[in-house]
Amino acid sequence: MAIPLTVNGKSVTVNSAPDTPLLWVLRDELGLVGTKFGCGKALCGACTVHLNGMAIRSCQTPIGSVANQKVTTIEGLNMNNVQKAWIALDVPQCGYCQPGQMMSASALLAQNKNPSDADIDAFMSGNICRCGTYPRIRAAIKAAAKA
Amino acid sequence: MNQINNQSRRDFIKASAAVGGGLTLGFYLPGKAGVAQADAGGGYAAPNAWVRITPDNQVTILVARSEMGQGVATSMPMLVAEELEVDINKIKVDFAPPAEVYINSLLGGQITGGSTSVRDAWEKLRKAGASARMMLVAAAAQDWGVDASTLKVANGVIKGPGGKQVTYGMIAPKAAQMEVPKDVPLKPVSAFKIVGNPKQQRLDTARKVKGEPTFGIDTRVPNMLYAAVVMSPYLGGKVKSYDDSRAKTMPGVKSVVQYSRGVAVVADSYWQAKKAKDLIEVDWDQGPNAGMGMVKLWNGLKEAAKQPGAVFRESGDADGAMSGAAKKVEATYQPPFLSHSPMEPQNTTAHVTADKAVIITPTQFQQLIPHVVGGATGLKPEQVEVHTTYLGGGFGRRVEVDYAIDAAEISKLAGGVPVKMVWSREDDMTHDSYRPAGLYTLSAALDGSGKMTAVRFHSTSPSISARLFPSIVKDGIDPFAVEGIDNFPYAVPNLKFTYVMHDTGVTPGYWRAVSHNLNAVALECFIDECAQAAGKDPIAYRLSMLDMDTSNKHKWSGLSAGVPVGGRMKNVLEMARDKSGWANKLPSGKGRGIAVMEGYNTVIAVVAEVSVSAGYDVTVDKVVAVVDAGPLVHPDQAKAQMESTINFGQSAVMFGEITVKNNAIEQNNFDMYRVVRMNEAPKALEIHWVKAADGQPPGGLGEPGTAVVQPAIANAIFAATGKRVRRLPLTPENIGAA
Repeated sequence: MAIPLTVNGKSVTVNSAPDTPLLWVLRDELGLVGTKFGCGKALCGACTVHLNGMAIRSCQTPIGSVANQKVTTIEGLNMNNVQKAWIALDVPQCGYCQPGQMMSASALLAQNKNPSDADIDAFMSGNICRCGTYPRIRAAIKAAAKA
Repeated sequence: MNQINNQSRRDFIKASAAVGGGLTLGFYLPGKAGVAQADAGGGYAAPNAWVRITPDNQVTILVARSEMGQGVATSMPMLVAEELEVDINKIKVDFAPPAEVYINSLLGGQITGGSTSVRDAWEKLRKAGASARMMLVAAAAQDWGVDASTLKVANGVIKGPGGKQVTYGMIAPKAAQMEVPKDVPLKPVSAFKIVGNPKQQRLDTARKVKGEPTFGIDTRVPNMLYAAVVMSPYLGGKVKSYDDSRAKTMPGVKSVVQYSRGVAVVADSYWQAKKAKDLIEVDWDQGPNAGMGMVKLWNGLKEAAKQPGAVFRESGDADGAMSGAAKKVEATYQPPFLSHSPMEPQNTTAHVTADKAVIITPTQFQQLIPHVVGGATGLKPEQVEVHTTYLGGGFGRRVEVDYAIDAAEISKLAGGVPVKMVWSREDDMTHDSYRPAGLYTLSAALDGSGKMTAVRFHSTSPSISARLFPSIVKDGIDPFAVEGIDNFPYAVPNLKFTYVMHDTGVTPGYWRAVSHNLNAVALECFIDECAQAAGKDPIAYRLSMLDMDTSNKHKWSGLSAGVPVGGRMKNVLEMARDKSGWANKLPSGKGRGIAVMEGYNTVIAVVAEVSVSAGYDVTVDKVVAVVDAGPLVHPDQAKAQMESTINFGQSAVMFGEITVKNNAIEQNNFDMYRVVRMNEAPKALEIHWVKAADGQPPGGLGEPGTAVVQPAIANAIFAATGKRVRRLPLTPENIGAA
């Protein structure tokens, strides 16, 4: 079944079964592998993308539920202030969780221009990093907020 | 490893034995790496195995260690570039294939682990850079008919008398024909421009920030299919029979194959493979561990602990001193199994045909893969081509090559098609090799002043090396099981340290900092208990007992400094005391704890400050680490490794526990295996560095912090609550029960 949607500003039509998670449509059908598979249960945040500007976990979002909607992935952030701050502070170590971290951070800053530590904790605690980049993520969010 | 079929298991052990024994394996050298070459068909000239130069003056530096976050894809090129005299920010980085020339001299194989990358590379890669530069300069000198010493080099350009100049790219083909210099002098540390630059950024950040295809799981090859797998939930279990009738009818499914450790579905997409595999019904033979559970497992360890064990360090008469002691302290620590759980689940892309296998994989041990994949597929090692990708975390999990073997088998069984096998998080967490659980009993005799006059250490745990590198286990002692304790840092006249190797049925694996986070954790908690029994301040107590005799060598932990480092320990302890505000009183419900350790020739003291609620919920308010790791190649990423290891150790000691029920691992995702999240990370984290002494070699940083932070937190909880938690992790339940 052909499902139309907008990904990173471009209209696309995908053919995966409607129950296929958005994550796997992005990665396997559209070749946008920046969005990562981490847990498959919305526990780690590695698969975070934006759906109409809101951060969602794409591993738990069936493609059939996002027809005609707007999806943004890490490939569509176009080097925003969050990405620039991530580079300036050399946030990533292994880097695997970082697209999800940056998608969450970008969504946070879109709704809260000047997040406090508590705001950052509340918004970012769904994104696991095993390398322990949390101090730099926090600093980079604050830097991006000021940029 | 009991899931690997017999043929590949034998190969693994054979290959491991050779590697572990420090011998080199007869692996092929693609493009004859290690030998200078003018053009290997890639359009480049290579003065040696680490440097390739194309005519457009693009310099590529080959990195022979796996990039798993620790920064080797930057630090290794920095070392080469320092002497090669090129702009580090303009080079390209490629990961090296398996080859003898790339063997890690501290580990005896092309392995990334043991916090050895920088230690091994420190001289070797600067010499590689210098040697290549000397050949380039010699070629230019010959062309111009001048003495090489009259030429100047900067940013990949050689300048000679009379305004002559030539780029590395232009002279490289000739340079690669020059004799490889025997005497390669190196710059003094004081002349470094790249190495040690505090402003140097990682070379891989931009691509990671843009979400470019980077990791093994991102691999795409033409006509690639996807595999999802069903593996035994039972430890050591095997497929008796299976019903794939429903799975086979699912859309996109190309084949269902039984391989050594399970059943795989091969399909057009991962999700199609995954949906189909969920419909496969398997009847399992539970194997030798049927009925295994934690009570039985701990009882097995307790029973084994009654054995005398193999003595790995002894001086004086510990038993005699113990019997006549004024005061005795005794404690048994019980750390659990832990999972590596890197964020990228295990995966491999394999294409196995009649005469060749191509393996694209996130691995820490590329050198072993041709051997084990060859064994599993009937190919010769030289017919197996290995490409190392970036790793989405490693932590020791990817020293294992099990998933590469699986993917190769599946590709072959599916008819020689290229297959990307991707494990689910559940597959990954329940088919890990686990940081061993164990029992660690320490006892000390104290004299009237509270000083330790005798220490007994008795550990009982599974041996990782007995499984992976049996040749390094000698006289009942696995060197990787006694590290972090055989380098006991205190001056105590009577010592007796013993180790009992005990298999539990749960596969043990090398896990970041390996046995430091068993032995040193137990020791540094125990020293705190002794300080309390002596009525002394924990830092003052440690300082008063440091072993300052630097001639006294310990025997087993080959990756450590090799001698007591009392002076360095004194330094980090005093700095930690001063930087942490140790003397300042904390309000009730809060506490500070100290721990110190030498591992990987790095000496670290950590002060942790915690708040503990009435219900024993712990908040880590602050961590102050003081680190003596010698000279830092990449200072900002050295700091990142300390941030990383502190986080990893905090996850382990506060939350980490893998358990077995009915012969199956109980935890299968991050809801059941909790790790530190943003809101739980230390509210403040300070890393302080000790300036390197002249000529001091670098220590390793990828692991030791993981171990040191754990007893610091446990000791802080004691300071806050008076509760001495010996059964880890430091959950409210375990604190309450202490």
